[in-house]
Amino acid sequence: MIFIEALRSGWQAILANRLRSILTTLGIMIGVAAVIILVAFGQGASNSVTSSIQSLGSNLLYVTPENPNRDGEIVNPSVQELTVDDAIALNDPVRAPDIAGAAPERRTAVTCTSEDRSHSTQIVGTWPSFFSINNSPVSAGAYFSNADELSARRITVIGSTVAESLFPESDPLGRQIACNGVPFTVVGVQAEKGGAFANPDDVVIAPLSAVENSITGYGEVSAISVQASSSETTDDAEEQAIAILDERHGTTEGTRDFEVFNQASLLDTANTALGIFTALLGAVGAISLLVGGIGITNIMLVSVTERTREIGIRKAIGASRRFILLQFLLEATVLSLFGATAGLGLALLVAQIEIAGISPSVVPVSVVGAYVISVAIGLFFGSYPAKRAASLRPIEALRHE
Amino acid sequence: MTAVVEMHDITKVYGQGEAEVRAVDGISLTVEPGEYVAIMGASGSGKSTVMNIIGALDVATSGTYKIDGVDIGDLDDDALSLVRNRRIGFIFQAFNLIPRMSAASNVELPLMYRGVRRSERRRRALDALAKVGLADRSHHQPNELSGGQQQRVAVARALAMDPSLMLADEPTGNLDSRSTADVLDLLDEIHSEGKTIVIITHEDDVAERAGRVVTLRDGKVESDVLAAAR
Ligand SMILES: Nc1ncnc2c1ncn2[C@@H]1O[C@H](COP(=O)(O)OP(=O)(O)OP(=O)(O)O)[C@@H](O)[C@H]1O
Ligand SMILES: [Mg+2]
Repeated sequence: MIFIEALRSGWQAILANRLRSILTTLGIMIGVAAVIILVAFGQGASNSVTSSIQSLGSNLLYVTPENPNRDGEIVNPSVQELTVDDAIALNDPVRAPDIAGAAPERRTAVTCTSEDRSHSTQIVGTWPSFFSINNSPVSAGAYFSNADELSARRITVIGSTVAESLFPESDPLGRQIACNGVPFTVVGVQAEKGGAFANPDDVVIAPLSAVENSITGYGEVSAISVQASSSETTDDAEEQAIAILDERHGTTEGTRDFEVFNQASLLDTANTALGIFTALLGAVGAISLLVGGIGITNIMLVSVTERTREIGIRKAIGASRRFILLQFLLEATVLSLFGATAGLGLALLVAQIEIAGISPSVVPVSVVGAYVISVAIGLFFGSYPAKRAASLRPIEALRHE
Repeated sequence: MTAVVEMHDITKVYGQGEAEVRAVDGISLTVEPGEYVAIMGASGSGKSTVMNIIGALDVATSGTYKIDGVDIGDLDDDALSLVRNRRIGFIFQAFNLIPRMSAASNVELPLMYRGVRRSERRRRALDALAKVGLADRSHHQPNELSGGQQQRVAVARALAMDPSLMLADEPTGNLDSRSTADVLDLLDEIHSEGKTIVIITHEDDVAERAGRVVTLRDGKVESDVLAAAR
């Protein structure tokens, strides 16, 4: 009862000072919007990194050559590069029961041309198992087969970026492209993968034998991608791969001339880093919310001073301390809630915008949190002015001009 | 019957040592129900100080004071608010209406603090406004009313509370002679209906309407005269 009356009195005071109320609200609005938007951007960045890592396959291991060095000195001068034979050795169901498949990759930069267009990209020579290992379906056409690999056919599956660049208006399937002058027939287009890092769609994939034959020559490979049998067995598969390659290369922990990246642990690391990033962004927003809260204290103090006489009148005709306290607290809280609502509206609007390739994702917890915090701000920052108002002595307040 | 106001040897001292001012210096005063008392005296004689103590807006330095038999001496802030709310209807020289609130809302306010339901207090507010002749101004804010009208709203506010005591501190001090007559006529009418009124004034013609005139001088009662004896 007293609550509703105090709320009504507070509301009347808010309406009586519309401009001031709006300006006060603005501070909270900006703070709340900042918290929600910044957290949404953090979450959006996190989502996009996570999805681009996941699009690589969460049970993917990636083996690359690595020169072991200590203080810049090469420790093992007789390093061996990764070879096709290494990849063959990893496809051993007895010694590596948790490895579902391994495919060598031979990567090199090329310029590919269609009849009238040219595009700089990367060619990957690999085995047909590359597509399943890397979780890369085709959106049109087909993969190449083992027979194509054996006969070194110059056919290719192209990434969606390459397809758009070379064949913007026509169907690339069955067409010829020339990469560094070597003709390839397009048999498939890889489904778009997307991602925030290096564009995985800007690639031309062809049988390893064909690439070695006509472009790079024979020799070491750039990397071997390895698929674990499931996402639970990636750590076991990693151990098995290391054991096989150590044995083949005659290396141990300190002299190892290759490195194995584990997507699952990469995802963990990325998520941790992004969590910190999001928390930092949230903290920046929280600071502006704090500033908004101080704005409320400020304006409420001005309001108490300006309304001293009014408070005196109210007390003279019987308002209790409790009522005055409640009225001013509710006034601050209502202002703060309006600010939060306006801030939420603003945040939802801004969250529609995609910035730097990141589409923000509004986190429900941040919305609820911003509301709870703004009520707390109203109560906390309103309490000092409200106490000042409540403890005014009526005769002195009445004498105030 | 219990006296409405019962002051015994009340003093009010401001400041200390050299700067000490005895604004009220041992006043004893009793006001019975239905009385109409005017308090007069030169400027600085202690009228407003007495009025603040009678109205429970301030507490005395020493002495005892009872309103309707209730001792005010050891009440805290909130209890004093309650006493004012239940028993005192104030009419101030400066009107003291709350700005940016309609006349009706102003009149309702003390009833709201008393916990009266909205519909009930709106009805009582409109009744009181009708009684002071401002039924058609209930939606006007104070700054849309003349001084005389504002003071009549203040009288309505005091009236709506149905207080034991109407307390007016120079209610006509800011008014022209026409408005003064309006307000004083109203007080006469209210008094004739049985209300107890204490009014502080400088002017003899205002005091003339009261049945009893108490004159203060330097914080003491100089004279206390019934109209019949004048
Ligand atoms: N808050 C205060 N602090 C110190 N002295 C005060 C205070 N209030 C009143 N006084 C002093 O007490 C004395 C009585 O003041 P009071 O206001 O009661 O006079 P008054 O009779 O109402 O005068 P007026 O007719 O001018 O309104 C004065 O000397 C005044 O200076
Ligand atoms: Mg005075």
